Amino acid sequence: MTTPVTTLAAGSQGVDGVALTVFVLFFLAVTVMGFLAARWRRAEQSANLDEWGLGGRSFGTWITWFLLGGDLYTAYTFVAVPAAVYAAGASGFFAVPYTILVYPLIFTFLPRLWSVSHRHGYVTTSDFVRGRFGSKGLSLAVALTGLLATMPYIALQLVGIQAVLDVMGLGGGEHANWFVKDLPLLIAFAVLAAYTYSSGLRAPALIAFVKDGLIYLVIAVAIIYIPIKLGGFGEIFHSAGTALAQHGPTGKPRGELASGPNAQWAYATLALGSALALFMYPHSITATLSSRSRNVIRRNTTILPLYSLMLGFLALLGFMAIKAGTDTHGNAQLAIPQLFEDMFPSWFAGVAFAAIGIGALVPAAIMSIAAANLFTRNVYKDFLKPGATPEQEHKVAKLVSLLVKVGALAFVLTMDKTVAINFQLLGGIWILQTMPALVGGLFTRWFHRWALLAGWAVGMVYGTLAAYGVASPTQKHFGGSSAEIPGLGQIGYIGLTAFVLNVLVTVVLTVVLKALKAPGGVDETSPGDYTADLGDEGVTADLPPATAGAPAGH
Amino acid sequence: MAENAASPVRRPVVTPTRVVAGLCLLAPFIAMLWVSSYARIEPTLIGIPFFYWYQMAWVLISTALTAVAYRLVRREQRARKGGEVR
Repeated sequence: MTTPVTTLAAGSQGVDGVALTVFVLFFLAVTVMGFLAARWRRAEQSANLDEWGLGGRSFGTWITWFLLGGDLYTAYTFVAVPAAVYAAGASGFFAVPYTILVYPLIFTFLPRLWSVSHRHGYVTTSDFVRGRFGSKGLSLAVALTGLLATMPYIALQLVGIQAVLDVMGLGGGEHANWFVKDLPLLIAFAVLAAYTYSSGLRAPALIAFVKDGLIYLVIAVAIIYIPIKLGGFGEIFHSAGTALAQHGPTGKPRGELASGPNAQWAYATLALGSALALFMYPHSITATLSSRSRNVIRRNTTILPLYSLMLGFLALLGFMAIKAGTDTHGNAQLAIPQLFEDMFPSWFAGVAFAAIGIGALVPAAIMSIAAANLFTRNVYKDFLKPGATPEQEHKVAKLVSLLVKVGALAFVLTMDKTVAINFQLLGGIWILQTMPALVGGLFTRWFHRWALLAGWAVGMVYGTLAAYGVASPTQKHFGGSSAEIPGLGQIGYIGLTAFVLNVLVTVVLTVVLKALKAPGGVDETSPGDYTADLGDEGVTADLPPATAGAPAGH
Repeated sequence: MAENAASPVRRPVVTPTRVVAGLCLLAPFIAMLWVSSYARIEPTLIGIPFFYWYQMAWVLISTALTAVAYRLVRREQRARKGGEVR
């Protein structure tokens, strides 16, 4: 595997040999781990979706911590958050309050989802929605939203790897043809696809250890070493403040050091909306359901914020890039990799690049597994082949995880990077619209299934149209994720506005449909299912117990 | 009250413990969404503007609050299961 990379290195200019060697070594080590993962904590029978797609649902506190951390704080996060701070200052820092708010939310609703899923053998959120509301239509809507929102997310992980490869001097050559240019990405991709296919969720869980170890190391070093080199935080923020106050091509300042009065609504709604959306994503649910008990999840909410602290420090690197005068060639996404390249000795820059590269592989693997779970359970089994056996499910899931990744790769290779970023923005808005059905369903059966479907549709359409209408200096449409909130006159996150609209429609229609006595569907869960824990009856069983229509709980 | 977790005795959904745990979980929302309370530069901490270090301090505060909520909920669960320790 080293051969094509070294040939390439010789062929293009400005390649840092030491950094590249370190990067390739880490990559190789991780690849070996990925394949060995299949043998790790293996159960007797492995050819079913629980085993491949949820790691046998047996992960304890620490593995779940690494898996969730590896999953939520992706390579793209590491590249994009400081890039946003570099480009616009304070507004990019919303990622920190966002990740603060995520944990109280997880604490409140995910244990309930864990319990009901383990009692009824649900693998995806759509499984739950179908069981709770007795509606295949609603379940399909949730599944399709999840698939749509996950694909650009996977594509962005590849964009993250690309940023690192660009800075290392690979793939950036002007005269290189497309094949040579994209070869490193293709190799990284092939490695990812192969070990996910063979090892399932165990591979990313194991690799997450390496990835997080590297990331913590790199950030700890960066946050001490770089400020010393740049003359301290006081200096950094002083020159960042001056740089941000300068007027850009639009005639407005580039950004500010603390959110001004006009930016505060956007800041708060972005933080809240993103926090609500994060746990609607299929990959976060996959990582949660693979844990061993309710308490593993709750305990995790008290240790996961360590990642938020790290994210905060990472965001500050954006200011350091401003102070250091990092040359990004107009692409803010390159700010952090380039800063590392400029500041660190070659070998440590290689470690940092490996951290980001491997940081992309873990979430991309989990996301493709989550998408595969969704497709297999809620499209294939529900609509295409109702009588599918566990072996068939397992086979289809593996194949779909591969297809999803090929799709993401094609996306990144054929389209402009901004398209992937736009779709990712849209994905966040879309996935938030599944929240009333999922979280609402976890706490009450009051909502009517048709009302939920209508609310979802309204939220999706409004969110898409509103995002289409946002222009930025470089783009006519999809230029951002904030727009004026109708009736308030403030700028806010489109996803949250669409969500409020969604809930309003759902509530009004539920009242109407209940008055009309529209059939509410059969609820196969009972109130006790939502608080069941490991060791309770029916919880450890693999197959859903035969539960006849239990009375709807309020 | 109920000695056995499996017994179908109705227990109150809202208990003082749960209210306190709920408040612990609610506090970060109020603090973080009230942006104007922290959108300033001064006072700085080792050169970092208030806006940034305050929010990062809240990572620690909210973690502590979540840990408190976790202990409260666990304690109540154990009491309900009649002292059974898992």
